[in-house]
Amino acid sequence: MVYGLMALGLSVIFGIVRVVNFAHGEMMTIAMYAAVAMFSAWGVDPFLAAIPIAAGFFALGYLMQSGLINPFITRPEHSQFILMVAVATIMVNGMLMAFGPDARNVQISYQLESWEIGKILIDKPRVYAAAMALATSAALFSFFRFSLTGKAIRACADNNLGARVVGLNVKHLYALTFGLGSACVAVAGCMMILFLDVTPSLGPSYTLLAFIIVIVGGLGSLTGALLGGVLIGLSEALAGLLIQPSAKSMFGYALLILVLLFRPQGLMGKKA
Amino acid sequence: MTQRAGMLLAPLAAILLVLPWVANPYILSVATLILYLAYTGQAWNVMMGFAGQLSLGHSLYVGVGAYVSAALFVRYGVGPWAGIWLSVALCVALGAAIGFLAFRFGISGVYFALLTIAFCEFTRIGFDHLQWTGGSGGLFLKVAQRDQIDLASFRGPPAMYYYTMLLLVFLALVFCSHLLKSKAGYYWQAIRENEEAAQALGINTFRWKLLAVVISSAMTAVSGVFFAFYYNNLFPEQIFNISRSIEIILGPIIGGVGTLFGPILGAAALTIAADGITEILGALGWEIPGIKQVFYGIVMLLVIMFLPNGIWPPLARKLGLGR
Amino acid sequence: MNRRDFNKAAAAAGAAAAFSPLNVRAQAQKLKVGVLLPRSGFQGLIGQSCQKGADLAPGVIKGLLGVDVELMNADTETNVDTARTRAERLIQEGANVLVGPFDSGAAAAIAQVAEQRGVPFVINIAAAPQITEQGYKFVFRNFPTAIDLTRNGLSLIGDLFRATNVAPRTAVFMHVNDTFGQAMFKGISATLPHLTNLPFRIVDTISYDPAAKDLTVEVSKAKAANADFLLLVCRLNDAIILRREMVKQRWFPMGVVSPGSPGMYEEQFSKALGPIANYCISNAPWFNPKTNMTKLVKAAFAKQNPNEKFVFHGTNVVYTYESILVAADAFKRAKSTDPKALADAIRQTNITDRAVLGGVLKFNAKGQVEGNLSACAQNLNGEPKVVLPESAAEAKPVFPAPDYKKT
Repeated sequence: MVYGLMALGLSVIFGIVRVVNFAHGEMMTIAMYAAVAMFSAWGVDPFLAAIPIAAGFFALGYLMQSGLINPFITRPEHSQFILMVAVATIMVNGMLMAFGPDARNVQISYQLESWEIGKILIDKPRVYAAAMALATSAALFSFFRFSLTGKAIRACADNNLGARVVGLNVKHLYALTFGLGSACVAVAGCMMILFLDVTPSLGPSYTLLAFIIVIVGGLGSLTGALLGGVLIGLSEALAGLLIQPSAKSMFGYALLILVLLFRPQGLMGKKA
Repeated sequence: MTQRAGMLLAPLAAILLVLPWVANPYILSVATLILYLAYTGQAWNVMMGFAGQLSLGHSLYVGVGAYVSAALFVRYGVGPWAGIWLSVALCVALGAAIGFLAFRFGISGVYFALLTIAFCEFTRIGFDHLQWTGGSGGLFLKVAQRDQIDLASFRGPPAMYYYTMLLLVFLALVFCSHLLKSKAGYYWQAIRENEEAAQALGINTFRWKLLAVVISSAMTAVSGVFFAFYYNNLFPEQIFNISRSIEIILGPIIGGVGTLFGPILGAAALTIAADGITEILGALGWEIPGIKQVFYGIVMLLVIMFLPNGIWPPLARKLGLGR
Repeated sequence: MNRRDFNKAAAAAGAAAAFSPLNVRAQAQKLKVGVLLPRSGFQGLIGQSCQKGADLAPGVIKGLLGVDVELMNADTETNVDTARTRAERLIQEGANVLVGPFDSGAAAAIAQVAEQRGVPFVINIAAAPQITEQGYKFVFRNFPTAIDLTRNGLSLIGDLFRATNVAPRTAVFMHVNDTFGQAMFKGISATLPHLTNLPFRIVDTISYDPAAKDLTVEVSKAKAANADFLLLVCRLNDAIILRREMVKQRWFPMGVVSPGSPGMYEEQFSKALGPIANYCISNAPWFNPKTNMTKLVKAAFAKQNPNEKFVFHGTNVVYTYESILVAADAFKRAKSTDPKALADAIRQTNITDRAVLGGVLKFNAKGQVEGNLSACAQNLNGEPKVVLPESAAEAKPVFPAPDYKKT
């Protein structure tokens, strides 16, 4: 579920702004560090910390888009790619310099608790996180559906030129979108810290995972991203049970290949 | 080649030829690394720069090429000169398969890139489990004394490796130059600029794109064989790693995609920058771990922002050369 | 007691130096040691830990042997290419000896450079057996190979059962699927059937991805095997995730025992998990808490790292320290910085007062030290304490763990 939320951010960014954000995982890592910092400094529960951190990331994303990335939208993919790789490198090593290589984490009372329903153990933090993910996604969804700005953004995605003709400030809207995507990733990060310790090199594997989920679920489709997250999680678990667990990532990649070949728009996406 | 280009190239070639005698082993090892990256980058460039297909999983071919030749050597005592054929053949098959699947299903752009990543990662995890090649424990080749040159097993002093790589880079340059001017080169340019128009003109885009992929993978396989015998140990985690794929493409992109000298220049610039930054930081006494990579990232950022077509085109213009 | 011994040793060394004319000449020269460690990149944490061992070495060695050691530090960035070029660079800048690099891949690369250039290379930590099977003349390793680690680790398990009078019948074996884990797996599969003093058998083997962030499936599989205890080969991050998952799934075996891997004895493990980190057992190469050398090293460590606890960095620090000690000791005997003389002198090394737990520090014909032992270290009160072998023990082993619930 939380994977889905992270992927959601990527889907929003890639689906609308059409920029391949290879620094996605790194951004989530920064969010995790921020959550740790807030927890250790003021004892703020990550769920609550998510709000200010998301706000911060929104601003960061906005700035990144308008300042850095905007000129690259029209440039070929490999240029965009290198740009984000450079940003990612700076982020990862900046974190290494700032926080050192130790893993950091938060320790909260309910972290290890679970509810026992018959023979099944349900993990408390996972449930909370899933709820948060759903709530955030719902908020995002309604924004795009119902608000004027949301509709404007969707218009940009569908038809860039048309949107400009109509007078929409595309640059601003793109930046907004990037900000929203970043905010999603920030919330995901705050959730993630409950399950995982954060180290500077955490980013890259998550970036890849986010891409897999987005592709499988469908680009530009919010429900698709969430669904994709659940699907990938389930398939990996199944693969782990049936085959050697260490090979379960292979399954995820195989799924990606199949989807790319036979249904590139993903499960819920619209045909590009 | 124009006369002007020849005049500029001659002293450079001379330096490169005598490098092992004048430079210390450290510089030699860096130079060998540069040449290795330049060659591999050039191979990638065929696919990207010429035919416009972005491959982000190129370390797949390096890894397969390396593992096949290494396994043959370790298990059956087959020397690299024989093993290289199987390596190339396998990589060609692999590249053809990926290309076929991708192009038949009309995948391009970012999706194609992701496809290549998926295949590479899939293979990485696969090799992690492949006990026949040592699994994640790695495959070690027996290292012999390095003073005599044993060409049959491709063993010898570092200078030998340097010259081999130099030769490979030179051959690649000649080969690519020839490709660019041939029919293939023109067709690729057409496909790169506007695939639909090319198709309308009657060009079998499928066939030509596949050719680019196949050539690229074959060239990269050779790079893999070199890697195996130069480093003498292979770990799936390292050789199939996505960071290696990224490393391969940095050179051509910074240097200039689609150009002849771009990959070489890019590889040289990046490696020298990386080592240079380390040296400067060391001299300043700033030994904070991670700071070098931050600077490196900033350099990359600046280059890609202000020189989007790479370093080579503006340099070429300044030097008054063509491409 | 520490201080006095230290001062005595220093005084003795100083006196010897002052009175011996030959030593004066050797003292005028410095030994340049190139230290190659991964201080950034994925292995940054461990590399920096090893670096602490290197940083304290010159001071301690000067007091003990009267030898001047100058460190030349290089970061391998967890990258084989960088390891190679950095090694070349260090040699270029005049390093007489190379030490490092913690990682087997980097070690193999640097070994080739060292052998090619005829510069001695003392490996501090790297377990792949093949490195000392290449017939190198300039490469030395003061660390057990994966085969040794496995054998030592398993026999310690037998000792553990004997010491606590418990005889579990079954074990479930979980291991990371990387270089280290696979080597361990092979080692255990090969040696366990032959060790008749180990009465347990492995009912299920589960390998997992070291980069996995979620081990729910693996743990539930392991729990379902219904074994008496968990035999685990892990690394730090996955060990933390695993232990948490065990608690979440309410699986409380007799104990979690590692026959020889990092992870559970590291600081982050205890810090991150709090009380549930206790009673986990790691059989790992370790320092000997009772020797004089260890006390010296510990004191120097505390001075340079007042905010760190020695016990968490112990293994990394003492092995790195000893690799430099070997170099310095050889330098003292060879009385020259000529690499060939140094290599020959290293071959004759015979050090009995050690910080590392084990027998005499001697290199065999392949450049490998035999006789480095593992200690059985159990997390007690938030810190790993040596519980076996008894000669070096700081506490008594607790097995089965107090929270053991028969399922």
